[in-house]
Amino acid sequence: MLESKIPDGPLEDKWSNYKAHAKLVNPANRKKLEIIVVGTGLAGSSIAASLGEMGYKVKSFCFQDTPRRAHSVAAQGGVNACKNYKNDGDSVFRMFYDTIKGGDFRAREGNVYRLAECSTSLIDQAVAQGVPFGREYGGYLNNRSFGGVQVSRTFYARGQTGQQLLLGAYQALMRQVAAGTVQLFARHEMQDLVVIDGKAKGVIIRNMDTGAIERHAGHAVILATGGFGKIYFLSTLAMGCNGSAIWRAHKKGALIANPSWTQIHPTSLPQSGEYQSKLTLMSESLRNDGRIWVPKQKDDQRPPNQIPEEERDYYLERRYPAFGNLSPRDIASRAAKERIDAGYGIGPLKNAVYLDFSKAIREQGENAIRKKYGNLFRMYQKITNVNAYTEPMRISPAAHFSMGGLWVDYELMTTIPGLYALGEANFADHGANRLGANSLLQACVDGYFITPYTIANYLADEIRTPLADLNHPAFAEAEDNVKEQLRLLLAIQGKQPADFFHRALGKILYDKCGLSRSAAGLEEAITAIKDLRKDFYKDLYVPQGLGVNAELEKAGRVADYLELGELMCYDALTRNESCGAHFREEYQTPDGEALRVDKDFSFISAWEWQGADKPPLLHKEPLHFEFVTPTVRSYK
Amino acid sequence: MHIRLKVWRQETQDAAGKMESYELNNVSDDMSFLEMLDMLNEQLMKQGIRPVEFDHDCREGICGQCGIMINGRPHGPLKNTTTCQLHMRTFRDGDEIYVEPFRATAFPVKCDLKVDRSPFDRIIQSGGFISTNTGQAPEANTTRISSPLVESAFDAAACIGCGACVAVCKNSSAALFTSAKITHMALLPQGKEEAQARVLNMVKQMDEEGFGHCSNTEACEAECPQEISVLHIARMNWEFNKAHALKK
Repeated sequence: MLESKIPDGPLEDKWSNYKAHAKLVNPANRKKLEIIVVGTGLAGSSIAASLGEMGYKVKSFCFQDTPRRAHSVAAQGGVNACKNYKNDGDSVFRMFYDTIKGGDFRAREGNVYRLAECSTSLIDQAVAQGVPFGREYGGYLNNRSFGGVQVSRTFYARGQTGQQLLLGAYQALMRQVAAGTVQLFARHEMQDLVVIDGKAKGVIIRNMDTGAIERHAGHAVILATGGFGKIYFLSTLAMGCNGSAIWRAHKKGALIANPSWTQIHPTSLPQSGEYQSKLTLMSESLRNDGRIWVPKQKDDQRPPNQIPEEERDYYLERRYPAFGNLSPRDIASRAAKERIDAGYGIGPLKNAVYLDFSKAIREQGENAIRKKYGNLFRMYQKITNVNAYTEPMRISPAAHFSMGGLWVDYELMTTIPGLYALGEANFADHGANRLGANSLLQACVDGYFITPYTIANYLADEIRTPLADLNHPAFAEAEDNVKEQLRLLLAIQGKQPADFFHRALGKILYDKCGLSRSAAGLEEAITAIKDLRKDFYKDLYVPQGLGVNAELEKAGRVADYLELGELMCYDALTRNESCGAHFREEYQTPDGEALRVDKDFSFISAWEWQGADKPPLLHKEPLHFEFVTPTVRSYK
Repeated sequence: MHIRLKVWRQETQDAAGKMESYELNNVSDDMSFLEMLDMLNEQLMKQGIRPVEFDHDCREGICGQCGIMINGRPHGPLKNTTTCQLHMRTFRDGDEIYVEPFRATAFPVKCDLKVDRSPFDRIIQSGGFISTNTGQAPEANTTRISSPLVESAFDAAACIGCGACVAVCKNSSAALFTSAKITHMALLPQGKEEAQARVLNMVKQMDEEGFGHCSNTEACEAECPQEISVLHIARMNWEFNKAHALKK
């Protein structure tokens, strides 16, 4: 059932061979083919713009008021590309190896090599679009080192790389809208996927201004809807980020892979109060110059600047001397949690650690630090009222990036023919843990350089297939189901708003299926989520009205999260090992490091929906390592 | 903190709107303004009142989706701050706060505090891009750009398209938004080829959308969360005049 379609042959030739042999669609035939793209972040905008340029007819949907708001905009740190501009030994193979290793050997070699291979073209593409990457004084591009690697391969546009890359993709998309190849539908949310004769043929969409339910047909459907880390409620994601599009596709037959692997980011601002709606991320680039520590003494009440050097525990430098403060995210997050749980946490809720710039400021001067991170320091001060130039920042781990997502093959096609998943919406490339600055990269190359080739390979056989009839019973049935679900949510008329259930779900997941997990905890979580879901359908309150109704939108997303959350726990429960973002308390070395079990778990878990209240069905795609040998990740 | 709110309520674009009064207790200093509105909505829903619709998404000050008039100022009283980054510690116990949508003919109200900012997308569609196709780009370092130049372009490119500049302007002019994009591209070598057509088309589209003229009061810069400078407007005028003069 799970055919990964990795091309044969040497690693470095797989992608060129694929491109050389993939089927093509004649330019004259492209305008006969219509493609639906859901989501307008880096993956969605870049694929919609690319397909538009090629001459396909594209419909682009987003739930925000304009495509430029997609959450890719918030990525601060940078984007990786193995250009070797610093002559420090970088290469496609080295980037491939770092990414495979960073993902704890739980990704496909072929996909990861292609990611590294396409990375260099992305910088060229973005520069051509006018993305203002940082430059050296001679006018050449600058780059820097980022968490988990020992070469400088991260390109950046101040602390707003995501914003600038997204604007590049958004502008390319707007150019196609003006050219008439792309039709744009902002404030439109996908409600369901339409499958006819086993192939993806359209979507049901809710117009969020009028409440109208619309049918749209396409020869192929692309989901580029981002990740579902917001399932934890408190996360670094935008408020609207959700898992609904991929979840509805899952219920229509698309398998979901590795759903429990959600990256917890080490450098977020800590929670400060009960009404808090999100945790703000501070770019990981801060770890280039900031040193992370907690007091050596438990419950130390002294302000940080009064704690002398010898009474500070720089625990990352102590435990992982080779990488220190630049240890990969899973290592850095877990080490922080370990200190916090052991009673060394700082701040009013004792839920944070210090990120200290005093040494860097002493050595490089305040101006140098201001130049590199000025906007982040300003943002920190706005939120916390603390000046991080004179006092260490307080940071804490927070849910961030979903490595799991819809299962896709090498062509980025899901198990439903004609349905593609790009960027964070798919599971590919990152394995069990994503390296810093690889998320923007994956989203962009999926959209600009990979799918334009792979989708043609599918569409070449669809040229004579007419667009699905909007009156087909499959459309009617999907629309009826959507309307029925909306009616159901509006009819409950209980007492608690959707956020109440979302917070409760987030707490269960953070405690039992977050930074560390245990079999007993996961079983408790599954029961608790089932109970919470029952309560949701008894006690949810949604204000009436089918027009603009943000609470109704939230309720639909929380309903999906309540099912997805349970699947995450099943996934975590079946994996009896510690690996990347998944740390099972039963599987650790004597000194508390993750204990991976390659002989039993070197596979991708792909889950099939069996119906409400039935346990999901696990399929396994074995991982083969031909070109690297999985080793224990040691950052000591 | 105890906070008294006067909030603009308008069910649909065509409905008449009015200010409604609400009171909130136990507002904490650390809450963001939007979290305070979340709290208000929870309270309203408990009373069976339709919650206040407002636009927001990233809540990190970068997506540009939030934006409301707070005591008559876009994004509230702090300089260079989006609504989501405005915290309640800025206000005092017992304060009365007026909350309204951005007001401009070109930004019709959709519901309560939500407005339609799609005219900005149409301005970008009219020329706010560099015409480059996917997969055609030359090696990036063949385009050398000095660091000061790229930083200047970045200063303009940092615009988040929130619309505060329009909302504060007595003429509802979109000059700051449009000029930021024009400057970003006009400064860079990649954008020079199309500079003439770009500025003419974008200015034309801006006028057609119903935005007013710039009369140099500079309130836009004062209220811009990203500190976009009015000097970009001067550059837009320069580029516009140059394009006109050179137009064949």
